[in-house]
Amino acid sequence: MEDLKKRLTQPSIESKQEWFGKLISYLAMILIGGLVGIILIFLTLKGIALFKDNGVGVWHFLSGTDWQPSHHHYGALPMIVTSFSVTVLSGIIALPLALIVAIAITEMLPERVYQYLQPLIELLVGIPSVVYGYLGLTIIVPYLRQVFGGTGFGILAATCVLFLMILPTMTSMTIDSFRAVPQKYRQASIGLGATRWQTISRVIIPSAKNGVLTAMVFGMARAFGEALAVQMVIGNTTVIPKGLMESSATLTSVLTTGIGNTVMGTASNNALWSLALILLVMSLAFNLLMRLSSKKGAR
Amino acid sequence: MRPERVDRLATVIVLSLAGIVGMVVFSLLIYILAMGIPHINWHFLTAEAESFSAGGGIRDQLFNSLYLVVLTLIVSVPLALCAAIYLSEYAPANRWTQGLRLAIEVLSSLPSVVVGLFGYLVFVLQFGFDFSLLAGALALTILNLPILTRSCEDALRQVPYLQRQAGLGLGMSKWRVTTKIVLPAALPGIITGTILSAGRIFGEAAALIYTAGQSSPAINYADWNPFSPTSFLNPLRPAETLAVHIWKVNSEGLVPDARAVSNGSAAVLIITILLFNLIARYAGHRIKQHLTK
Repeated sequence: MEDLKKRLTQPSIESKQEWFGKLISYLAMILIGGLVGIILIFLTLKGIALFKDNGVGVWHFLSGTDWQPSHHHYGALPMIVTSFSVTVLSGIIALPLALIVAIAITEMLPERVYQYLQPLIELLVGIPSVVYGYLGLTIIVPYLRQVFGGTGFGILAATCVLFLMILPTMTSMTIDSFRAVPQKYRQASIGLGATRWQTISRVIIPSAKNGVLTAMVFGMARAFGEALAVQMVIGNTTVIPKGLMESSATLTSVLTTGIGNTVMGTASNNALWSLALILLVMSLAFNLLMRLSSKKGAR
Repeated sequence: MRPERVDRLATVIVLSLAGIVGMVVFSLLIYILAMGIPHINWHFLTAEAESFSAGGGIRDQLFNSLYLVVLTLIVSVPLALCAAIYLSEYAPANRWTQGLRLAIEVLSSLPSVVVGLFGYLVFVLQFGFDFSLLAGALALTILNLPILTRSCEDALRQVPYLQRQAGLGLGMSKWRVTTKIVLPAALPGIITGTILSAGRIFGEAAALIYTAGQSSPAINYADWNPFSPTSFLNPLRPAETLAVHIWKVNSEGLVPDARAVSNGSAAVLIITILLFNLIARYAGHRIKQHLTK
């Protein structure tokens, strides 16, 4: 009797397994969550060291135009301006072209074309950014030098490289959001006697608007965080750019060239970590923007 | 203008612009391949890289890239799979789960330089791994985890709920249902996702220059002891990958044939990624066929 009671009340093998499995999968999830927390905390602590330990004012850092870490001038404005201009410019150029290609593929060309093009677009999305940077260095920079004179390095070259880099990603996301528009909408619009262009411009684009917006923000976030491809073509001089052909430097390009040349814990090194913090904050902001634009679509 | 004419005009404009964009992008792709493929020969793939003279190959860089992908997948696949199982099978629909999902999203939006810097700070300096394959693999794991978790979760969610109910109805535990029924059914999706993510980390460079390092010391391919400092399997040696090599050769390299080396390397990178994509499609397809037989 005692034996039976014991067997009935103790947990079965199944429930032990269940407990074990749940624990393992939960631990993995917690590990990832904890990792994110640690990354945010570490980079924030490193990033504010310049303001706390080296006595540089936050506002001075953000609005100063003179970046000479060896002379203790820490003004990050040139890099911030350049980063934003290349990002916004490449996003603005890429958006209409991604839209046009997506319209042509989903609404005008037969389905078979999409099946052939999709692997190609996937390949283009997967091409490493270094290759895009190298393309910029060997084709775009010499071409710009020939057309506009100067060195060819600068904001325009970086914009072209970033545009090429984010176009496949944005196109494929835009295509997805067009394909997600229910077929019924198209049929209803055609049934009312609308032409194909009227259907595209008044039904499909408005209903896919949020998806397109998300694609644009996603592409721009990628452009903002890209380091090596930009570093290869931007010229790397930390001054506020006065024109599109001026050599300049972004947050990411200064980071890639700088971290190896400074000693941990010094003020000039801390200044670089502060740039990394700006980058982190901006990528979080892009993330927030993306959530906002895709949430509106769900409503 | 009449709507019909607008329609015709718009069609012509859109199609021709799309055609031009497609042609430009496509011709750039052809250009890289056409410039690079003539440089690819047995010598290029199997010779060591030269630091100052022409005629260097990419043997070590190519091996480092592939080895790094393997190391990264060894760490990230189990983690991502377990996390995906938690999210798709166990996670209750509450704020805490939402927070965890947000964490994954934040992780996926981090620029790769920032991940590289974090890796430098923690793995290279704090843990004392120095510039090493291990530090590089851990940094790449951070980049890879969110993508992999998401694709694994998608694959798990696509398994019909009916199959889980059938298992649960037989008295199996949820964990057993997941590992014996759901996981095999989701395998094609998981494998496709893994190979695609492998292609992505294969070409990563920004996260690696301060974690795996930018130098490749002489390594011995006959030494199979992973603890020997010159062994090709030693995870604690610094390792320059193919993508880093392209960047290095162009920005601070001293070799006279930098163009030739980077053309060849770029073509090898693209061809390898194309192979990854093709294998991902083929493998997913084959396993699905095998399972439904």
